[in-house]
Amino acid sequence: MKRAVSFIVNGERLELELDPFRSLLDALRNEAGLTGTKKGCDVGDCGACTVILNGKPVNSCLVLGVEAQDARIETVEGLQAADGALHPLQENFLKLGGAQCGFCTPGFLMMAKALLDENPHPTEEEIRFGIAGNICRCTGYTRIVEAIQAAAKEMRRE
Amino acid sequence: MKRFDYLEPRLLEEAIALLQQHGAALNVLAGGTDLLVEIKEQIRAPAYVMSLGRLPGLDRLAFDEREGLRIGALVTTRALETHPAVNRHYPGLAQALRELGSIQVRNRATLAGNICRASPSADTLPPLIADGAAVTLHGPQGARRVPLEEFFTGPGKTVLASAELLTEIVVPPPAPHTGKHYIKHGRRKAMELATVGVAVCLTVDGERCADVRISLGAVAPTPMRAKAAEKVLLGKPLQPSLVEEAAEAAVSESRPISNVRGSAQYRTQMVRVLTRRALEEARRRAAA
Repeated sequence: MKRAVSFIVNGERLELELDPFRSLLDALRNEAGLTGTKKGCDVGDCGACTVILNGKPVNSCLVLGVEAQDARIETVEGLQAADGALHPLQENFLKLGGAQCGFCTPGFLMMAKALLDENPHPTEEEIRFGIAGNICRCTGYTRIVEAIQAAAKEMRRE
Repeated sequence: MKRFDYLEPRLLEEAIALLQQHGAALNVLAGGTDLLVEIKEQIRAPAYVMSLGRLPGLDRLAFDEREGLRIGALVTTRALETHPAVNRHYPGLAQALRELGSIQVRNRATLAGNICRASPSADTLPPLIADGAAVTLHGPQGARRVPLEEFFTGPGKTVLASAELLTEIVVPPPAPHTGKHYIKHGRRKAMELATVGVAVCLTVDGERCADVRISLGAVAPTPMRAKAAEKVLLGKPLQPSLVEEAAEAAVSESRPISNVRGSAQYRTQMVRVLTRRALEEARRRAAA
């Protein structure tokens, strides 16, 4: 039986009718039309589906949609400012080559945002520890780490 | 995901009644990082999934110098990992937590879930056993407390009765002059299951071993106490040769299998090396 579920995504309240056996990832992509969040492995190994749930980064493939009742959710669609300006993380991923094929990028961006929200001055080691659950097959990670470092620096100046 | 009905009891009694009513057709959902994977991979096909999410009080996490650490069934591994008292008084457990899955996984995965899953290689189990942890089980007849080292009966198997829920984990407070350490041995640094895990909780009286608990992971059907190794050390001065002897005893009581992560022979060698290293580090910390 479907259940009425209500949560806030990127500041906007959503009311959905969800089967209890649907993941939050599928609810976001297929019911809410927010396809920025990617489905990679669908079993919590790759991090492509990372969203921020009540302030904490999680794999949305391992959360049931019905568990998100009353939650605040941030997805990659919410990173851009209202005027269309890119978030410093997006800006630096672009500028420094932190994205190639781009499939893992939304997950990396959301993990990096959660990391910087918690710790605005991360060391390289802390960044690498933070993104250990995000897999990228293109970049070799170095440029992703550099992009996060550059964004952190910019965000501290603002 | 295969379809199931979702139950969300608001009282413990209600949850236990649902367990009685549905038996094996019901699976319990805490963090979901194992359960949902097993449903997706068709290892399990429960007709009912019962979330503990709305039960009151299960997210309680508290430390007290006399009582120790009390961890409710819904406390996430990430909440524990970032808790100052866990890092200060239970460094073996803290180390194991940092090496469990990813931050995304740890923000959902609960310690209670890691225990109930009863994987022989689960990272948190050796340090919890070395720390002398116990679990509280609630069933139709009320609550009982079981030492964690007696909780596991085989891979994925525990003493938990079909209508019982694990509601709390209690870890005793640290004794003075005690050092703890956990070493996870894997093929890579992150997102890895342990090939061998060794946890030590060592209390010293000068040079002498006043008390010690050694626990091994991934080298037997359940996480185990290395009691023969402990016996070698107990009451004696901690000379290097004695530590070697204890490591050798740990090897002889371990019962590893060969699998994709390592051969039995390799695991045996690693038990020797890691037991020695964990004891040396625990000793250094106990003296500090």
